[in-house]
Amino acid sequence: MMEFFDSQLYQRALVGALLIGFSNGFVSAYVVMNRSPLKLSALSHSLLPGIVLAVWLVGLTAWSAFIGAVSVALLMGLSSVWLAKKTPLDQDTVLAVLYTGCFAGGLAMLNRLQLQQELEGWLFGNILSLSNADLWLSFSVGVLAVVVFSLFRRSILMVLFESEVAKTLGVPVNLVRYGVFALLIMVLMTTFQAVGCILAIGLIVMPGATVRQLTHSVTALFCWSGIIGAIGASLGLLVSYWVDLPAGASIVLVQIIFFIIAFIYKILIRYKA
Amino acid sequence: MKDCCNHNHSGEHELVVQKLSVTYPGGVKAISDLSFSVTCGHRLALLGANGAGKSTLIKALVGLLPINKGLNQGEVLWRGEPLTKSTQEIAYLPQLDKHQTTVPFTVKEVVAMGRYPYVGNTRNYSQHDHEEIEQALELMNLQDLAKRQINELSGGQVQRAFIARAIAQKAHVLILDEPLNGLDVESRRQLIELMHTLSYRGHLVISSHHDLRTVHETFDKALVLDKEQVAFGDVAEVMQLEAVKESLGIID
Repeated sequence: MMEFFDSQLYQRALVGALLIGFSNGFVSAYVVMNRSPLKLSALSHSLLPGIVLAVWLVGLTAWSAFIGAVSVALLMGLSSVWLAKKTPLDQDTVLAVLYTGCFAGGLAMLNRLQLQQELEGWLFGNILSLSNADLWLSFSVGVLAVVVFSLFRRSILMVLFESEVAKTLGVPVNLVRYGVFALLIMVLMTTFQAVGCILAIGLIVMPGATVRQLTHSVTALFCWSGIIGAIGASLGLLVSYWVDLPAGASIVLVQIIFFIIAFIYKILIRYKA
Repeated sequence: MKDCCNHNHSGEHELVVQKLSVTYPGGVKAISDLSFSVTCGHRLALLGANGAGKSTLIKALVGLLPINKGLNQGEVLWRGEPLTKSTQEIAYLPQLDKHQTTVPFTVKEVVAMGRYPYVGNTRNYSQHDHEEIEQALELMNLQDLAKRQINELSGGQVQRAFIARAIAQKAHVLILDEPLNGLDVESRRQLIELMHTLSYRGHLVISSHHDLRTVHETFDKALVLDKEQVAFGDVAEVMQLEAVKESLGIID
C-alpha cells in the first residue's frame, strides 16, 4: 500500500481522481434534475471525432480539444433538432443515429491518422498519464463549475423547473442553457482523460442519482454529489491498484455500489417506518 | 382583502389586443386578426377547439412569442404601452404537467420565483420580499404547506402555489392554460371560487377553457377562437350566438 502513496504516478492520479470525481459529482446534481443523462451519454460519444480532428489539425492542447468538442456537440445538437423536424423520427432516434455515426467516424479517424496508440486512452482513459497541466485544468474546471452553479443558482434552478415561466419572469433562459451546456462539455473533457468517453457518463450521472434518493434539498444535492463523486473516484483508483483492475471500470463500479447502498438504505428506512 | 388594481383608474388597467396575427415558420397561420380589450376585475375565457389558437394567443400575451417580428403582426398593449415594458405585471400559469418534478423545490421556493423580476439572479431577498412571499402563501392558504415538496402536493394545491407565485410577483393579470385539467371535482370548485376572488380583488384573469358546462359559472367574458375571432363579449351573450354554437359544436 505504501508503494501506492510513494509513487509520484499514483499520487498525481489520486489528486486527479479527487478533482475529476468532485467536479463530475457536483454537476451530476444538475444532470439528474434535468433528466438528461441519456442525451449526455450520446453527446459524450459524439465528442470523439471533434477532439480527434482538432488534435490532428493543431495538436493537443486543452483549448483545441475543447473547441473541437464544442463544435461537434453544437453541430449534433442542432442537426438532431433539425432532422427530428424534417423526418417522422423522434429526437432520441435521431440522436442515436447521429452519435453512433460520429463515434464510428472518430474511431476511423484515430485509425487513419496513426493515433492508434491513443485510441485506448480516449476510449477508456488513462488516469495514470495525467500531467501537472492536466491536473491544473481539472482543478480550474472544478472551481468554475462551483462558481457558476453558486452564482447563477437561482436562474439555473428556475430554468430547470419551468423554463417558459422563467422566461416570462425575465430569466435569460438561452444564456443559462448554453452556459451550463458549455460547462458540462468542459467537465466531460477532463473526465475523458481519466476514464475515457464511454465510462465518463457514469461519473457525471451516478453521484447525483445516488444522493437524490436521500435528499430533498438542492444545496445538499449539489454538495454531497460532489463529495460522493470525489470519494468514489479516489476509492475506485485505490481498488484498481489493489485488485489490478482498469481504473475507469473500478471507479464506475464503486459508484454503482454507492448507488445500490443508497437504494437499500432508503428501502430499510421505509420498512422500519 | 386588498385591491390589486385601483378601480378609479380601471381604464389604465386595460389589456388591448389590436389586429394580432401569428404565423408560424413554414407559413401556418395560427391566429389572424384578433382584436379585443378587457379591463381588470374580469374573468375572460378563451374558448375554441384544439388547434383553434388558444395556446398561441396565451404565448403572445405572456411574451413568449415575439409580436411584430417576422410574420407576426399587430399589437398587445397593457395600460396603453407595449406589453414588453411591463412583463412582471403579467403572470403565466402553464398546465400542471409542464414543470419538472425532478427539481426538489418546496412550495415556498416556487412562490419565491415570483420575486425574480425584483431581485434578479444575485440579490438576496429583502425583508419586503419575504413579506410579499409570506402574504401570498397566506392568501392562498398555503402556510402549513410552505416547507413541503411541490411534488408531494395534489393538483389543486399545486395550482394554488402557482397562483401564490403570481401574487408574490405582484401581477395584475393572471394567464392560465387549462387550469381545471386533471383536477378532481372538489379542487375544480375551489379553483373556480378562487378565480372569482381574484377578479373581485381587481385582477384580470384570462384562462383557456374546455368544459362548456362550467363556462357560465366561471367566467364573465368570453373570446371564441377558430384561428380567427368568432366572437368576443359577455359570456351570456356570446354563448347564444349561432356562429359560436356552430364553432364549439353546441347542439341545442
